[in-house]
Amino acid sequence: MEQLLDLFDFGPFFDNIDAILDGFWATIRLSIAAGILSLIIGIVLVSFRVSPVPVLRTVGTAYVNVLRNTPLTLVLLMCSLGLSDTLRLVFSEDSGVNYYWWAVLGLSGYTGAFVCEALRSGINTVPLGQAEAARSIGLTFSQSLRMIILPQAFRAVIAPLGSILIAMIKNTTVAAAASYAETAVVMKQFMDDPTFQGGALPLFIGVAVGFMILTLPTGFFFGWLAKRTAVAR
Amino acid sequence: MSKEANVLFDAPGPRARRRNNLLTAVSALLLLALVTVAALRMNDQGQFAWRLWKPFLNGDVWANLILPGLGNTLKAAVVASVLAILFGVVFGLARLSDHAWIRVPAGAVVEFFRAIPLLILIFLAFFVPNKVSPVIAETPFGTFQRVMVDTFGGIFGVEINAGVITVPAFAAVVFGLVLYNGSVLAEIVRAGVNSIPRGQSEAAYSIGLRKNGVLRLVLLPQAITVMMPAIVSQMVVLLKDTALGFIIAYGELLQAGFKQVPANYENNVIQAGIVVAVVYIAINMALSSVANRLERRSRRSRKTSAKTMGTGTGAPPAPGVSMAGAPGGP
Repeated sequence: MEQLLDLFDFGPFFDNIDAILDGFWATIRLSIAAGILSLIIGIVLVSFRVSPVPVLRTVGTAYVNVLRNTPLTLVLLMCSLGLSDTLRLVFSEDSGVNYYWWAVLGLSGYTGAFVCEALRSGINTVPLGQAEAARSIGLTFSQSLRMIILPQAFRAVIAPLGSILIAMIKNTTVAAAASYAETAVVMKQFMDDPTFQGGALPLFIGVAVGFMILTLPTGFFFGWLAKRTAVAR
Repeated sequence: MSKEANVLFDAPGPRARRRNNLLTAVSALLLLALVTVAALRMNDQGQFAWRLWKPFLNGDVWANLILPGLGNTLKAAVVASVLAILFGVVFGLARLSDHAWIRVPAGAVVEFFRAIPLLILIFLAFFVPNKVSPVIAETPFGTFQRVMVDTFGGIFGVEINAGVITVPAFAAVVFGLVLYNGSVLAEIVRAGVNSIPRGQSEAAYSIGLRKNGVLRLVLLPQAITVMMPAIVSQMVVLLKDTALGFIIAYGELLQAGFKQVPANYENNVIQAGIVVAVVYIAINMALSSVANRLERRSRRSRKTSAKTMGTGTGAPPAPGVSMAGAPGGP
């Protein structure tokens, strides 16, 4: 029976804690960069999708439909194997740096499509009467956008954006397919190692707890923020 | 002009129309420039060479590589969908239970699987049994383990040899997809039942139905209509996530179309990526249009007074986000 307890021996896990923490640090760096960039891409896309210019609307819609219906694995593989390795579009001669930025770009390009849709549905929650009232008291386009519509729309999208951010943090693991060494790659290396016999279950538990430490507080924070800023209608 | 634009833009007057026309021209030119730059880059690297595109007009490539891959993708998606819906209904209803000893563990399971990445779950199924089973085989549970795998493992191709369990990639992908998407579906089921107006269950109780009857005869039939679009949207997510099988070498569409085709035909990854993406997009858009049609139909119908759950982005909020205010939350 003691052998069963050995399955939960965290010794091998803590012996390799440096490598695992390196993996999580890579995950965090990817999450932060992709989080910021995907918000920018999402804002640009949504301004395309709601603009009065038909060409931009078509481009925005096409982008969102393509990226939302393509698996993230394929998006990231196209970035690393296709655009970087085949078309030789490289950010840096250092392959680690290059794959990092391609992972950031692929992940934010994919997440940006979801951010765009969340922002668009946020704009849709603002009743038409608000915009009409703003116009009728003589506010210009930028004034009504700045003072009436965006403040209300932004509050409505905090919770969806939080969910998208959490999904994105979890999706950083897919970058394992695109030659970027983050948590999932580290985990896979240990699991492939035949000498790492006893530590398999603790490794899974440790990685799972690590991701819960990243995702759950983010979720609580956005839930709190969304509740605090909710628009009373 | 589309409806959402009305909130932002008034009907354009002569000046605004002129400006819009100018913007149209400028953006069209910019777009054209972008496409040209991309095409030139492709041309520089010889990516328009016919030999790189030709394999996709070859029937054998489709018959031997891409279509079997697509078959494996659909097989994993269908098996995982069915099991995930089962998991979702069981755990979703368990979270609605009046008994804390059912509700709390079910909630913990659902929130746990939603908080960790799907790929980590797939790794759990793919790598861990192989490492753990030899140790268990040494203990009194060894026989139990062998009997369990022999009895139930066969369905998914799980094998046990001299105490060592081997999990095939298919089973690992399905395992991950079921637990993750099942947990999301559990949230959808819970939100769907909670969205039925309180008057419905009160009326059902007042005519003498018991808990079982209220749920089975009154709440669930309405909830299913309400949550159908969200469930079908989740199937799109599930189908896309089968592509994670690529990482553990499950022979699905991405593995076949994006790895084996380029390996056999002069490394045409760009071309293969485009073709595979088109296949995925076609399937997913077809599935999404089913979801949208269901949503429109259910919004039109007068069968329930509850609001239809949309097909929009990520139906249930991520763990933590919704807990504060959600009715019946932990």
